Amino acid sequence: MAKKISRRKFIVRGGLGTVGVLAIGTYVFRNPLRRAMLGMAESLVPPYSGTGTEPNLWFEITKENKVRVHSPKVEMGQGTFTSIAQMVADEFEVRMDQVEVVGAATETGIIDGMSTGGSLSVAQLWQPLREMAATMREMLKIEAAKKLNTDLSNLTMKEGVISGNGQSLHLSEVIKDVTKWEVPDTPDLKPLKDYKYIGKPISRVDLDAKVYGDPIFGMDAAMPEMLHAVIVRPEHVGAVFKSANIGDTEKKSGVVKVVQKDNWIGIVANSYPEALAAKFELRVDWDIPKKWTEEEIREIITVGNGNEMMVQKEGSALSDDDNEVVVLEFKSPIGAHAQIEPNGAVAHVADGKATVILSTQVVGVTQKQVAEALGFELENVNIIPTYLGGGFGRRLNTSHAVEAALLSQEVGKPVKYFFTRKEEFQHDMFRPPTHHIMKGKLGGNGLLEGVEHHFASGNVAIGSVIMPDMIHGVLNADIGAIRGGSIQYRKVPNFRAVQWHNPLPFATSWWRSLGLLANTFAIESFIDEMAIKAKKNPVQFRLDQIEDDEAGQRLKAVIKKAADMSSYSDQLANGRAMGFAASTDAGAPCAHVAEVSVENNEIKIHKVTCVLDCGIAVNPDQVKAQCEGSIIMGISASLHEKMTLKDGQLYPTIYGPYNMALMKHAPREIEVHLIQGADVPLPVGEPPLGPIGAAVANAIKRLTNKRLTELPLRLS
Amino acid sequence: MIISFTVNNQPQKVEIEDPNTPLLWVVRDILDLKGTKFGCGKAACGACTLLVDGQAIRSCSYAVKFAEGKQVTTIEGLGTPENPHPVQQAWIEEVVPQCGYCQPGFMMATAALLNENPKPTDEDIDQNIINICRCGTYYRMRKAIHRAAELTGDTNDSTPKL
Repeated sequence: MAKKISRRKFIVRGGLGTVGVLAIGTYVFRNPLRRAMLGMAESLVPPYSGTGTEPNLWFEITKENKVRVHSPKVEMGQGTFTSIAQMVADEFEVRMDQVEVVGAATETGIIDGMSTGGSLSVAQLWQPLREMAATMREMLKIEAAKKLNTDLSNLTMKEGVISGNGQSLHLSEVIKDVTKWEVPDTPDLKPLKDYKYIGKPISRVDLDAKVYGDPIFGMDAAMPEMLHAVIVRPEHVGAVFKSANIGDTEKKSGVVKVVQKDNWIGIVANSYPEALAAKFELRVDWDIPKKWTEEEIREIITVGNGNEMMVQKEGSALSDDDNEVVVLEFKSPIGAHAQIEPNGAVAHVADGKATVILSTQVVGVTQKQVAEALGFELENVNIIPTYLGGGFGRRLNTSHAVEAALLSQEVGKPVKYFFTRKEEFQHDMFRPPTHHIMKGKLGGNGLLEGVEHHFASGNVAIGSVIMPDMIHGVLNADIGAIRGGSIQYRKVPNFRAVQWHNPLPFATSWWRSLGLLANTFAIESFIDEMAIKAKKNPVQFRLDQIEDDEAGQRLKAVIKKAADMSSYSDQLANGRAMGFAASTDAGAPCAHVAEVSVENNEIKIHKVTCVLDCGIAVNPDQVKAQCEGSIIMGISASLHEKMTLKDGQLYPTIYGPYNMALMKHAPREIEVHLIQGADVPLPVGEPPLGPIGAAVANAIKRLTNKRLTELPLRLS
Repeated sequence: MIISFTVNNQPQKVEIEDPNTPLLWVVRDILDLKGTKFGCGKAACGACTLLVDGQAIRSCSYAVKFAEGKQVTTIEGLGTPENPHPVQQAWIEEVVPQCGYCQPGFMMATAALLNENPKPTDEDIDQNIINICRCGTYYRMRKAIHRAAELTGDTNDSTPKL
């Protein structure tokens, strides 16, 4: 399991506000998914090698004797910075308040080879980050031993102070004048039980900044003499620029320059209100080849249409001529990310160099794209990531960084550009709509003899800048749309999952949990329906059909615990029903019980019980926060949200009409229980989104005897 | 046109060409108080909520001319780490924020609610706290609002009215 890190070089460099900078240059770790895919395609996808011209800087010792960690992962609310601080504090032998975490700018040389996403940050950093912190600690001790004229074994280290031979040194004193570092073998890590911070519900390291309104987000970034830009884009899907009254717009008050690029027009002005006012004066003629309708989109996304990929196949297929085969169709709509901080960037391009400050989940990809667009070498582009006002997958695409950089290049000054809310809704990289056909047949024992999930989706991973198309050529499947699409009841003698995928005329991409939400809605609603048909308790019906291997045991454990904790019953009580559902995503099984009533023809969710097996929870409180957030975002997507097409435009274009869960829709009670069924941290930010839609639909079935098969769930 | 008003107890005079400029941009880009957020520009999400004479308003759709002579309070003026407002104290105790972007708007809306209604019920909260949080922190937020009400009751008259 444990991988030893490889060390390249250690560099001491003076930095602004620092006594000195220590660095461990290493970047050999990759997430398991990428590793597996690289195994297939090693020669075509060069892995990040860390051989940039700038030194790799992970740890800095500040004047205040703090350890500043430059994180290749960004903080978008998921709590990763807090977990990073916990991991470093425990192995570095410093207190939590002696660790600072900042997002690494690309000029540090610390660039994530992939992205902050897939709920993988803590899982990926778990081993290498602790090893680096422990190695750094030993390196400091070696230098301290020299300065204190004593043997390494006589030294003790506590809260950032190294003592021995009757003297003590602060870390900032230890690093003084060190030009060449001795690097020991990677030390053994502490046993779990000895950690002071890991595994504890430590408060978030960014809590004060977020409660007192500090300017930490991309939207808050500014540069001296900065100008403000707005961009005009086509409102119809597939529209192409023809002409515009650019000259008239340039005469408007405060406008500096109007620039037309491929399929967009940028207006740069002295202030944002002036840029926005000028936008309303701009008349653009677009060529609109076609006005797409929702029906046409639905037709593209239909099982049987497009590329077929067998994901799972066991035993034989159910026959279409068999009267005993139950068939149910499910659908989910186009979904918007709707993160509250709009996409945007502050860019300054001058003297052959570019600096871009923004909220991004793909720091390295942003750097490459900006460099390519400007024709610059990579090392002349510095990307500075900020805190993200929500990510949810939206910021895996940052074409706006390129746009801000191009506009800055045009005017020779820093430019800030961010999306209007209408642009956000019309030019999102949407969660694709899906279509599912579930088939199943009961055997004589009242259990499933066969079950099949046939599902169609627009692209999720295919076509993404972070997933070269070649990988999909190798896999012949969309590895994003596939998530949650497999049958987890592998004791059933005959089962299969078949994916169909097709591109759409607008961009679809990663949306928190990818295919999991819709796939689990279809599968777990259908399993519930079959349990009812078999006249069985739906919890027992599930347990009876899950394999006894490790994955199966862990899934059964979360199901049993959720049923126990919620005192699950399939009978109504006080006008309320309980709905049960479970899913396994990224190796982390999760079960939900939703307690629901119908009041005035509206669905009311009173309580959700959630059990997640996330392996080691580095910060149990923040894992619970991720569960609560996933449940509420899942309720929003399952009961409220829907994008459609109106007159060939994506619609709606504002919150409100794009209906989302508010305070009044959130369950008053959410009970979360964590199981540690693995000896490493597992992904937590997405797996708990899986079961919620089905759990609510299954409760509604018991309340109304209606099987709802389409998201968002509507009673009539 | 010159607009005179008070922001976080500091008198301010702002010269502005268009008096219909939203207060949000005056606060963010002229007064450089970035804690008040832009979310939608149509008063639909509440990220830009601040207080004008103690009332919660959505500043993206509130012309600066209407602030003439009034008291504006932003998140920066609500409290400090040394002297947190009960709402901020409660938010810290319940560890509410995730991404944090919408949180100042929610805290300002809550401060205004507690000014009017020191002990809001769950129904009062549902009806009055109608901002949008994409991370889904509503569950903790509800607990924090009740906690803030308790803290406000504890400190009672010592808390200055906004």
